[in-house]
Amino acid sequence: MKISEQEVRYVAGLAHLRLTEEEIRRFTRDLSEILTHIDKLNELDTSGVEPMAQVIYDAGATATLREDQERPVLGAETALANAPLAGAGYFKVPRVIER
Amino acid sequence: MDIAQLTLDRIREDLIARRYSAAELATEALRLAEAENPKTNAYIHFCPERALDAARRVDGKIANGEDPGALAGAAVAVKDVIVTKDVRTTCGSRLLANYIPPYDATAVIRMERAGAMILGKANCDEFAMGSSNENSAFGAVRNPVDPERVPGGSSGGPAAAVAQGTAVVSLGSDTGGSIRQPASFCGVVGVTPTYGRVSRYGLVAFASSLDHIGPFARTVSDAAALLHAIAGRDEMDSTSAFAPVPDYRAGMNGGLRGVKLGLPREYFKGLASETGNRIEAGVGLLKKLGCEVREISLPATDYAIACYYIICTAEASSNLARYDGVRYTTRSASPPNLIDMYRASRGEGFGAECKRRIMLGTYVLSAGYYDAYYLKAQKVRALIARDFQQAFEKVDAIVTPVSPFPAFKIGEKIDDPMEMYLSDIYTITGDLAGIPCMSVPCGKTAAGLPVGMQILTNHFDEPGMFRIADAYERAGGFAGA
Repeated sequence: MKISEQEVRYVAGLAHLRLTEEEIRRFTRDLSEILTHIDKLNELDTSGVEPMAQVIYDAGATATLREDQERPVLGAETALANAPLAGAGYFKVPRVIER
Repeated sequence: MDIAQLTLDRIREDLIARRYSAAELATEALRLAEAENPKTNAYIHFCPERALDAARRVDGKIANGEDPGALAGAAVAVKDVIVTKDVRTTCGSRLLANYIPPYDATAVIRMERAGAMILGKANCDEFAMGSSNENSAFGAVRNPVDPERVPGGSSGGPAAAVAQGTAVVSLGSDTGGSIRQPASFCGVVGVTPTYGRVSRYGLVAFASSLDHIGPFARTVSDAAALLHAIAGRDEMDSTSAFAPVPDYRAGMNGGLRGVKLGLPREYFKGLASETGNRIEAGVGLLKKLGCEVREISLPATDYAIACYYIICTAEASSNLARYDGVRYTTRSASPPNLIDMYRASRGEGFGAECKRRIMLGTYVLSAGYYDAYYLKAQKVRALIARDFQQAFEKVDAIVTPVSPFPAFKIGEKIDDPMEMYLSDIYTITGDLAGIPCMSVPCGKTAAGLPVGMQILTNHFDEPGMFRIADAYERAGGFAGA
């Protein structure tokens, strides 16, 4: 299946990716080629096939649950340590609400 | 000591006999790894303090007469998509160039508990996306066998480090062949265990239903020992398997008489002739060792690439949404508002291959397309898994090539993503089915490039897989049959 430049711009918006004009042209071409290959799947009759939503699961339904007990946490200072901008115990971002 | 020749058992024996200390070994290994690195760029950065701390713990245990662990004194490299507390973890991405994780991956904790000494973080394709290790923001990795060629990807660094002899074993990750393909290109052993066999806690997520952590080594026995050390249930990863972990090395030496091997015909058509010849010779040796060989069919194979590139990109587009310039990534310099800040930070930070996959994944999950793509792919995945289940009713293991061709030249395929994707054909099926699979060296082409043979077995039958690989290695298979 071919994809248009307009669709590529729309998808880039959904993905929160700023792309250059050159990238838009490039991805229009690349995604069209990949989607054309993917069309091959339509050759296969999959009616009645259960989708594989779980790879392997080798235990009972509640086996992965644990006791509801407090555990040590990272703490705000550690959690903020890698932030490009932080202050007063928070992640800082550009202003969202206009006065 | 010749570090490049050491095996895990040899190091342990030497340490206990006090031929050298772990601290001496770590110092020498760090010196060698740093000196050799300009040739391959296998490491993104080193962590000497951490390696020396680990060495001192090993030496302390030996001084006290305690068991120093199965990996005692082993110099190891860890793929830089696996987090290490207080040691920079970049995922090969500009976005995480300064990321210092506040915790260790479970596999890292277990490896160090068994005595391993982490020298540094190994280079890889950005967020483990690629088949050539050309997609790293910190430069391509060169194949130690031929520096003009790629080491394979995405775990090119861990493969190159073991192949060049700076690490005894290393940790990689595999989503569509990222351990086995570089192992085959560099001429070392690479293992993708059963899905869930090794905890992914601390493995930076790419495609969660396909991601695995696994070992690289120069011998089958070392790969089995490392897997044994890191495998097993971890309550920090709810997808980690409960099944007990057997001693993989105990099952070796059993001989291969009567072991039934299947050769899937879909994996042998259109094979580069030299690769085909090497695999044929490898199968010939396995026959001599007593294996019964028969042709089988895995009919859904032709659909695996299409299926894989829907599932992996869809999952990647979700997993990579977290890199938004707020919590741990670099941020674009001049964000006028929040949404533009996200878009600019991601647009500037991600490399071309990550963007391509985020775009494809976002597209196949976008409104109106879910049934046509993701759901369809999950159904095809079920057919691929069913093919394997039916095959394992007839045979004990399946043998195939790892890659259609040996290591290619740097730059040869980077501008053609579709061709790069198609090169994953023989490895992605094992990930889609969640079964254990490994690459073992299977001789070289006339030009001296390593060829890898893939062995696949049923879920949790790592012992069967290792038994075949080990017997093959002992019979001289690694030398070229």
